[in-house]
Amino acid sequence: MKGNEALAEAAIRAGADAYFGYPITPQSEVIEYLMRENPVDRTGMQVLQAESEIAAINMVYGAAGCGKRAMTSSSSPGISLKMEGLSYIAGAELPCLVVNVVRAGPGLGTIQPSQSDYFQAVKGGGHGDYKLIVLAPATVQESVDYVRLGFELAFKYRNPVMILSDGIIGQMMEKVELFEQQPRLDVEFEWATLGKKPDKDSVIVTSLQLQSEEQEKVNLRLQAKYREVEKNEVRYETYGCEDAEYLFAAYGSCARITRKAMEMARARGIKVGLLRPQTLYPFPADAINGLADQVKGILTVEMNAGQMVEDVRLAVNGKVPVKFYGRFGGMIPSPDEILEALEQKIIGG
Amino acid sequence: MITPENLVYEKTSVMTDRVLHYCPGCGHGTAHRILAEVIGELGIQGDTIGVAPVGCSVLAYYYFDVDMQEAAHGRAPAVATGIKRVLPEKYVFTYQGDGDLAAIGTAETIHACNRGESILIVFINNGIYGMTGGQMAPTTLAGMKSSTSPRGRDVATMGNPLKITELVAQLPGTYFVTRQAVHAPANVRKAKRALKKALEYQKLNKGTCFVEIVSNCPSGWKMTPVQSNKWMEENMFPFYPLGDIKVPPEKQ
Repeated sequence: MKGNEALAEAAIRAGADAYFGYPITPQSEVIEYLMRENPVDRTGMQVLQAESEIAAINMVYGAAGCGKRAMTSSSSPGISLKMEGLSYIAGAELPCLVVNVVRAGPGLGTIQPSQSDYFQAVKGGGHGDYKLIVLAPATVQESVDYVRLGFELAFKYRNPVMILSDGIIGQMMEKVELFEQQPRLDVEFEWATLGKKPDKDSVIVTSLQLQSEEQEKVNLRLQAKYREVEKNEVRYETYGCEDAEYLFAAYGSCARITRKAMEMARARGIKVGLLRPQTLYPFPADAINGLADQVKGILTVEMNAGQMVEDVRLAVNGKVPVKFYGRFGGMIPSPDEILEALEQKIIGG
Repeated sequence: MITPENLVYEKTSVMTDRVLHYCPGCGHGTAHRILAEVIGELGIQGDTIGVAPVGCSVLAYYYFDVDMQEAAHGRAPAVATGIKRVLPEKYVFTYQGDGDLAAIGTAETIHACNRGESILIVFINNGIYGMTGGQMAPTTLAGMKSSTSPRGRDVATMGNPLKITELVAQLPGTYFVTRQAVHAPANVRKAKRALKKALEYQKLNKGTCFVEIVSNCPSGWKMTPVQSNKWMEENMFPFYPLGDIKVPPEKQ
């Protein structure tokens, strides 16, 4: 299946209650598939094409505030428009799923794939001290599985979750195993606006605190939650790290290309491994720090001007050199280029 | 002494006991009260979900004893859409001021009305940004002074006041559109009847109901409450005439 369509089908099967979206290349197939499939007949899931990405994320806020599984998807320029809503959703501690099928920027940029929204996804993007849980699929299969995982984490922590995909994964056709249909939620959460119960206080969904003392308490609670997320939810994979003398760090589709470079290097007798973060927040800092005790240098490979490399450097904390190789503007690095960069920047560097 | 026999007025239980933060003489308190009374009279307190805006009524959820969500500035109709789509059996309303509804939230307002979302939009129009200290709003009258139009609104450079209520009445998605006021007892009764009709219509799922309440802002207009009501009658009502703008076809 095509990545975007598989993800849309996964949303239905994950028991989503509502999808609100707005067309943008290269992810329009998500809403097209949902409109074609008309899941209201299959599961009761609502699908609505909003007037803007801003409206779509605020519709997600409304539905999430009712304790429903709500999601939206977009691509980079549209995700920028959603940042206001995401900050409010994080502040009001609502669960939701947002998919960013990244294209190259800045501005309108190009519709070709990129990883240039790493900072926006992982460091903030919207205003205020908040975090998104960020899942980075490398395959169509993972983008399907992360829909279900994303909703699970969103409700576990009452926090927005982002699937940070890219135009390659969204557009490519790959074999995929779809999970069985999950039921829609049948839970009346006490924090959800479902209509006031006679014996209870009314429920208010808000991110507003007029008193600084109260706002600080909210921030402290959020930070405590983020520490829990960091403790429990780090996910990553390693390849060829057992005997590695050098290490690649790469995520998403770029990790697949880098893995090819790793195999080519090993065929030449260069002992290099690959660490692929599956969660970008929380970041696998401890795993990278551990490997830094073993390897002589790390090359971070990204389809941007060097963003995740900053988190790799923080994790390594100066133990070994951390260098960067990347292509951007919609260009995709080849395994040859990556191998050459390893030889020049790390082995010969 | 108040006894059940001589009791002429009782605060509706749909309003909490919190002291309103609104300025003396402001119309928000009355507008809140009649909307809360209507919710109580219809017996839908447990089936109503409100959406508060950003602006003077940002804390509306302190006063309405119903489940509520606080929206980002201008986004209340989108938030209400999200609520109504997943809880179609509930009564959903937004309560918004002119800056929220007719400036930053124009797109959300127009499109929710155009889709005919089965929600009630309560629009308080006092021609000014009250919460931020009296800046020009989209509905500020031509020549009217505000902190960002200190020499009066110059329509040549600042644009004309926006009659968004007439605008949404043009859309097939709206079912009932009316403009009311709450500065005098007769108007309060009419406005309350309009709100009651609007919520009753919501059961029919025939489209968006839109109730504008032209109101005063003594603090922002720099007038006493009495002066502000007089000024409103003499200046606001001629430009924003009261009355029904669109009534349901079967009621015509």
